[in-house]
Amino acid sequence: MKDFKRVPVPTLERLDQYPLGSSCKSFHITDMNAGWRVFKPVIDKDKCVACYRCYLVCPDGAIHQSEDGKFEIDYDYCKGCGICANECKVKVIEMVKEAK
Amino acid sequence: MSQPVKINARTITKDEYFYGHKACGGCGESLALRLALKVIGEDAYLSLPAGCMAAVSFIYPNMAFKQNAIITPFASTAAVATGVAAGLKALNKNKLSVGFAGDGGTADIGIQALSGAIDRGEKFIYICTDNEAYMNTGIQKSGLTPFGASTTTTPAGKVIRGNVKPKKNMFEIVAAHGIAYAATASVGYLEDFMMKVQKAKEANGPAYIHVFSPCPTGWGHESDKTIEIAKEVVDNGLWYLAEFENGKFKLNKTPKLDSDVRLYLNAQSRFKHLTDDDIREIEALREEKWERLIKEWS
Ligand SMILES: Cc1ncc(C[n+]2csc(CCOP(=O)(O)OP(=O)(O)O)c2C)c(N)n1
Ligand code: SF4
Ligand code: SF4
Ligand code: SF4
Ligand SMILES: [Mg+2]
Repeated sequence: MKDFKRVPVPTLERLDQYPLGSSCKSFHITDMNAGWRVFKPVIDKDKCVACYRCYLVCPDGAIHQSEDGKFEIDYDYCKGCGICANECKVKVIEMVKEAK
Repeated sequence: MSQPVKINARTITKDEYFYGHKACGGCGESLALRLALKVIGEDAYLSLPAGCMAAVSFIYPNMAFKQNAIITPFASTAAVATGVAAGLKALNKNKLSVGFAGDGGTADIGIQALSGAIDRGEKFIYICTDNEAYMNTGIQKSGLTPFGASTTTTPAGKVIRGNVKPKKNMFEIVAAHGIAYAATASVGYLEDFMMKVQKAKEANGPAYIHVFSPCPTGWGHESDKTIEIAKEVVDNGLWYLAEFENGKFKLNKTPKLDSDVRLYLNAQSRFKHLTDDDIREIEALREEKWERLIKEWS
């Protein structure tokens, strides 16, 4: 399977690394959304029945299937909205308060 | 007639084409875009006017779409998208052109460009993500804001109880053009939505999909309730799933018309001012609408 974290975050250190003018390459992602979270979804992998529901409903596409068939969260881009936990039928996603 | 392939979470591509965007957590519109793009495919060309979905994707130096995408002037999504389609044709590229616009960008300011594009019969897809107000500029009422909703331009007070008009009937306005394919959908019924995007892709001419997309920020609901709310609104009949194909309307789902609309309304702060009288009026509007839909479409 393709590496899900396919969006390499480039380091923009020099001006010439920035896109020029009003257009840029597709999928030019330069920062993460991890800092948005208040609660963090945690999947209990042993109890996950791999039903695909959380993957389908995540508005950020931050859940993906790993090699073992179970589902995994890309915490660099999960915003902690809680939809996945609310929609998981077997209730194996827990929303845990982020430590500060 | 060819039966479309079964589209569900297992059969859509695992690739993501809309990633790292800055939509609010739990945003219904961003989910609609994400899944539509998985069905549409990687090499389509996208046109988006001003609105949340453009604002959360094209943030310099970020670009959250994998597909080629352009921001259009607010009023001209369908004009740009059909222009792009003409360009692709001239270059002998057999690629899809797709427009995505909000409810304001569709039912109000973009309606003329949309009408013209459908009338020209050009092959393109137009997806209206309906969050029932101009969200990107701070929750102003649009032609698709429902009766009773409080917005910043229809604030609820002692005399006026939020928005005084029901939603504009965008789906039937589009269908009245004799369009190749049109459908309504909801992010509460995602397989149905994706199946409709697939039909739009295969349509022999212009196709329009109107997808109900809750907005936690503008509606004042919990960010984890987006799907639940979008499902409830279909189940209770305040929104509907339908198609227009080969010149005929078809209902995809019959709601429970005796269900209590409070379950839906109470989950959102934009409706919190409603009195029992207001709610009776909402139920009366529902009844009136369904009487006609059932008589004419089933
Ligand atoms: C001609 C023009 N008028 C007004 C605006 C300001 N404007 C930008 S986005 C927006 C609201 C868009 O609302 P909608 O189409 O419903 O999309 P949403 O943000 O809700 O997704 C407005 C009024 C503009 N960009 N261009
Ligand atoms: S909390 Fe929201 S953003 Fe994070 S993985 Fe779940 S659905 Fe996706
Ligand atoms: S919704 Fe729950 S059971 Fe289904 S794949 Fe996700 S975590 Fe596993
Ligand atoms: S304001 Fe609403 S539509 Fe706009 S990004 Fe936030 S949740 Fe999505
Ligand atoms: Mg809107």
